[in-house]
Amino acid sequence: MSSNTNLLEVCNLHAGIDDTPILNGINIEIKPGEIHAIMGRNGSGKTTMANIIMGHPDYDVTAGSVSLNGQDLLEMETWERSRAGVFLSFQYPQAVPGLQVGNFLRKSVAAIRGEDAAKGPAFRKGLKDAMQELGISRSFLGRYVNDGFSGGEKKRFEILQLMLLEPKLAILDETDSGLDIDGIRTVAKGINTAIRGTDSGALIITHYSRILEHVQPDKIHVLIKGKIVKTGGPELALELEERGYEWLDNDDNYADSEENKSTVKITD
Amino acid sequence: MTNTNQDAREVIGDYKAGWHDPENATIRFDFGLSEQVVRDISALKNEPKWMTDIRVKAFHHYESRPMPTWGNMSMLKQIDFDSICYFLRSSKATENNWDDVPEDIRNTFDKLGIPAAEQKWLSGVTAQYESEAVYHSIREDLEKQGVIFLDMDSGLREYPEIIKKWFCSVVPYSDNKFAALNTAVWSGGSFLYIPKGVHVEMPVQAYFRINAKNMGQFERTLIIADEGSSIHYVEGCTAPTYSTDSLHSAVVELIALPGAHIRYSTVQNWSVNVYNLVTKRGIAHENSKIEWVDGNIGSKLTMKYPSVILKGKGSHAEVISVAYAGKGQHQDTGAKIHHLADNTTSTILSKSISKDGGRGSYRGMVTVSPKAKGCKTNVVCDALILDEASRSDTYPTMEVANQSARCEHEASVSKVSDDQLFYLMSRGHTESESLAMIVNGFFEPFTRELPMEYAVELNKLMAFEMEGSIG
Repeated sequence: MSSNTNLLEVCNLHAGIDDTPILNGINIEIKPGEIHAIMGRNGSGKTTMANIIMGHPDYDVTAGSVSLNGQDLLEMETWERSRAGVFLSFQYPQAVPGLQVGNFLRKSVAAIRGEDAAKGPAFRKGLKDAMQELGISRSFLGRYVNDGFSGGEKKRFEILQLMLLEPKLAILDETDSGLDIDGIRTVAKGINTAIRGTDSGALIITHYSRILEHVQPDKIHVLIKGKIVKTGGPELALELEERGYEWLDNDDNYADSEENKSTVKITD
Repeated sequence: MTNTNQDAREVIGDYKAGWHDPENATIRFDFGLSEQVVRDISALKNEPKWMTDIRVKAFHHYESRPMPTWGNMSMLKQIDFDSICYFLRSSKATENNWDDVPEDIRNTFDKLGIPAAEQKWLSGVTAQYESEAVYHSIREDLEKQGVIFLDMDSGLREYPEIIKKWFCSVVPYSDNKFAALNTAVWSGGSFLYIPKGVHVEMPVQAYFRINAKNMGQFERTLIIADEGSSIHYVEGCTAPTYSTDSLHSAVVELIALPGAHIRYSTVQNWSVNVYNLVTKRGIAHENSKIEWVDGNIGSKLTMKYPSVILKGKGSHAEVISVAYAGKGQHQDTGAKIHHLADNTTSTILSKSISKDGGRGSYRGMVTVSPKAKGCKTNVVCDALILDEASRSDTYPTMEVANQSARCEHEASVSKVSDDQLFYLMSRGHTESESLAMIVNGFFEPFTRELPMEYAVELNKLMAFEMEGSIG
């Protein structure tokens, strides 16, 4: 495989909200089959990054590009990005009272993978297997989307959607937060099932290293104040666990950002 | 296609039932209302004298009664009663075979899916076109069990004694101006009697279609469920879209005798040039149950408050209603429950959506009489407002004169948030599809009470209303 077959390419991305800059020149490249993690403290711009890739209307992109398999994502509506293969597991999934889970899953699979994928024994088996893997009972299908769900149920439901929608790129925004260790294990199993051994990729956003013990990332990027200040292998998670973020938190990193330079080179 | 369809299309907009047939009236009265018109209607139908007398009395009451001073007075004022046609017969007879119904009319009901629905899931059908029923049927086995299901005109001819006993017993003509109008000029509607202990498993349906311009439709429905019986009655309605207004003013009277259960479901989808001013009320005797499942999607102005008088001990009332108010529409709807006996219970669930400057109002009243002990009532009103131009109001009244009553009332107003839309769009759904999911979810407590076919239709209708509405 040549090095220019990137699944996701984020290039010099600058973005903000209401004239307040949040991302100051992000560069990330994910190849098919890779799992990357973005780590950073609250407020470092992690969720902004996820929302921008998915197309949240509140954010303005001021410079840079985001593409999926060479397609310009920034030109697309959110639903088009989703149909092109981007999936976002939300940190705070929204409730839709009156919309039944089963019905919603079927409609979403139909929208993204086509009508044929949303019916028949293959769909039902896929649904049953995924629910079993995540420890979700059948009665769940009759409930309303995220309505009255516990924190753990919401996260499991996000992963259930991930498994059924079979995206090319899965972005998991703080999927581990609010989960106990069993929950993390279950969710990690779901992520591995959905991504490992496929051509899909994932971007895991987290500020703890716990989930990374169960989903081994190929690369870890550290985000501080809207800029990637360090990129490394799985061992970086352990280092962050021990040392925190302070050792990376020096002014040199921001000086670069003002000059619009990439501080890290990600591709080999 | 007739050439008049041209101008209709200009105002039709997105309303799917807005076509009209060429008008082939057998009998058409001149525009406007007078005592003579009332007498002519009665004479044409060969009615007994007592009915003519009630009509004339009701007409005088209607004339002397001022317009309501609530609801939407400025819209009410715009009704031009002199340019309404109060009676129009479009078919010589009420047929019991669709093949005998005049072709244009039959085609219209075909397009509306009535004969297909009849075959699949209904116990009986009445199809009214303008002032009278053009088609009527009931399953033989129900007829053998003594169930009477007729259009009201045939009912009066065949069962005058039953009708004389109950007519105006639940809604007297003096109840309100529009009840008086209906009593004066009523025509068509359903008469339904379910004998003791008979359970009608599949619903019976009435469908009301207005076709002519400036038409007034005044159907009158009377349902009597004898002791321990049960029935589900469903009704639907549509009309062509015209640039001039039509008037629909019905009266529905329900009597649930001890232990009986009546469920009355409506999906009202008049075109936006129809005034819909309807009085619906039921009397619930001991341990009986009356449910109104009332959906209002169409019309220009609807003022309708399905009511139940809980007269017998242990009787129960339920009103579930939804209203959708789009551009130029005002849905002034709600419910009224009167607890007159011990241990009576009621629930009201009202949901409204307003969009594109539409206005949804909940107007409700619950009373508990001083003598009624151990009553319970629960009222929930939810409104969803889709844009800044739209409006929702709530006018709840509770008059509780007995200390032992337990009353609960909740109201909420919500908006669709960007985050909710973003979440659904991130799952591959366009903006309007996402909005339709939220809206249909909001209406779900209502649609799940409807027969499945109606629920599917309603969901499609709402999805259609949400198309191209944002972004």
